[in-house]
Amino acid sequence: MGGNSNIKLIDDNGIRIDGRKVDELRPIKIEAGVLKNADGSAYVEIGKNKVLAAVYGPRECHPRHMQNPAKAIVQVKYNMISFSVDDRKRPGPDRRSVEISKIISEAMEYVVFTENYPRTSIDVFIEVLQANAGTRCAGLTAASVALADAGIPMKDLVPAIAVGKVNDQVVLDLNKEEDNYGQADVPMAMIPRTGEVVLLQMDGHLTYDEFKYAISLGKKACAEVYEIQKDALRRRYVVESEAEQEQPVSVPDQEA
Amino acid sequence: MARSVVSEIKRDHIHKLLSTGKRVDGRAWDEFRPLSIETNYVESAEGSARVHLGNTDVLVGVKMLIGTPFADTPDKGVLSTNAELIPMASPSFEAGPPDENSIELARVVDRGIRESQMIDLEKLCIEPGKEVWMNFIDIYVLDYDGNLFDACTLGAVSALMTTMVPAKAHEKGEDFKMPLRTVPVSCTAVKIENSLLFDPTLDEEKVADARLTVTTDENGDLRAMQKGLKGAFTIDQIENIIETSQRLGKEIRQSLG
Repeated sequence: MGGNSNIKLIDDNGIRIDGRKVDELRPIKIEAGVLKNADGSAYVEIGKNKVLAAVYGPRECHPRHMQNPAKAIVQVKYNMISFSVDDRKRPGPDRRSVEISKIISEAMEYVVFTENYPRTSIDVFIEVLQANAGTRCAGLTAASVALADAGIPMKDLVPAIAVGKVNDQVVLDLNKEEDNYGQADVPMAMIPRTGEVVLLQMDGHLTYDEFKYAISLGKKACAEVYEIQKDALRRRYVVESEAEQEQPVSVPDQEA
Repeated sequence: MARSVVSEIKRDHIHKLLSTGKRVDGRAWDEFRPLSIETNYVESAEGSARVHLGNTDVLVGVKMLIGTPFADTPDKGVLSTNAELIPMASPSFEAGPPDENSIELARVVDRGIRESQMIDLEKLCIEPGKEVWMNFIDIYVLDYDGNLFDACTLGAVSALMTTMVPAKAHEKGEDFKMPLRTVPVSCTAVKIENSLLFDPTLDEEKVADARLTVTTDENGDLRAMQKGLKGAFTIDQIENIIETSQRLGKEIRQSLG
């Protein structure tokens, strides 16, 4: 957190520099099944973030000592491509991406019915193509759609969103400028059906009351993201089954 | 940390006791283990602390060098935190480059110190854009019996509180005390079934479903948080942990002096 609150990021009418209200999400676009080789995949845009997720597995777990004889392990690898940010990022994992990979793995392992696939690994690859704050949440949102697209049984989809504090106000879904000059950042992910929190981090400075309000904003936003996730999966699969339905229409004609 | 096998008997024992509201070592759910901190433990460091939290034993040292600032903060000193899970501390720790556990540990400790603005980094600027003091906080875990997050944050904070900036040795005037503003304290709780337990031991960590670390400042405001492990919390549980961390943080801060 830059913590520099001299820079005015919210105007007197409560409008942010990208024209949003304080409790408004950036435009979100989600598509399921965007890659051919992967067992499941998803593409997510949240504002200027562009994120791809791919799932391989359940497949044999390597190295073998990582195998769990009772269930599958979920291994998420989060990565930012070198030209996804203003300054070139050195390719390969850095400490930040190792930590993010770990917490997203842990969040996803809770929702996947891992006991169905003993000794295997479910590998999820998240690539941030273009970054504009909130990439771990966009990545987790994409990963959960990709897992569903791979047909892996789960308790629920997992939407994720960041809430933060800018110019002493709690705001939803920080953009890059707000993240750079904001006062706090709280990325969170939630299981909408049960209200359980599977990912939660915080940095910056919040009072407890501000935190409670931030969580309530995040909960509402997760419900919105959840609908967009479900819609992406419906579009992916409903279209195909409708296409199948068209064929039988012509069959009775031939028989007649 | 490395989730080594915990025997079913031990697991049952912990669960059974918890169902009657007890912990294996007899502590209350919100009770920390005995804490002892010995500062200036290593003379060759600018500041250091050896922390015993129950049987968990960590050593933290601060070394300071002069270097160039980051381009986006030309008038601020540099802070870097590293954690070493050395093989001496546990049969599950292996030699080699930092793994995800030690990286997460170091980053969570770092976040508490950085986000609380404990160190007045502007006072560690020698010449803007050219020369600043660089702080290297290095954490060595010597004996691992759970709750490294809190033991290491306590160690790092205590080491910083006794750090003398070695100006004389670098021909930058007289040595001076590390410029500090606040004292952040982290409190970690785990969830085992529906029980919340603060300051978990290694055995408790091994059977835990989820973990939450909350770092608060003197006002009880939140400065950093990290949820870990492969389970989930309800919002009520999160609020319970925060409120308890605010209370425990105050008590622990007093013992830091």
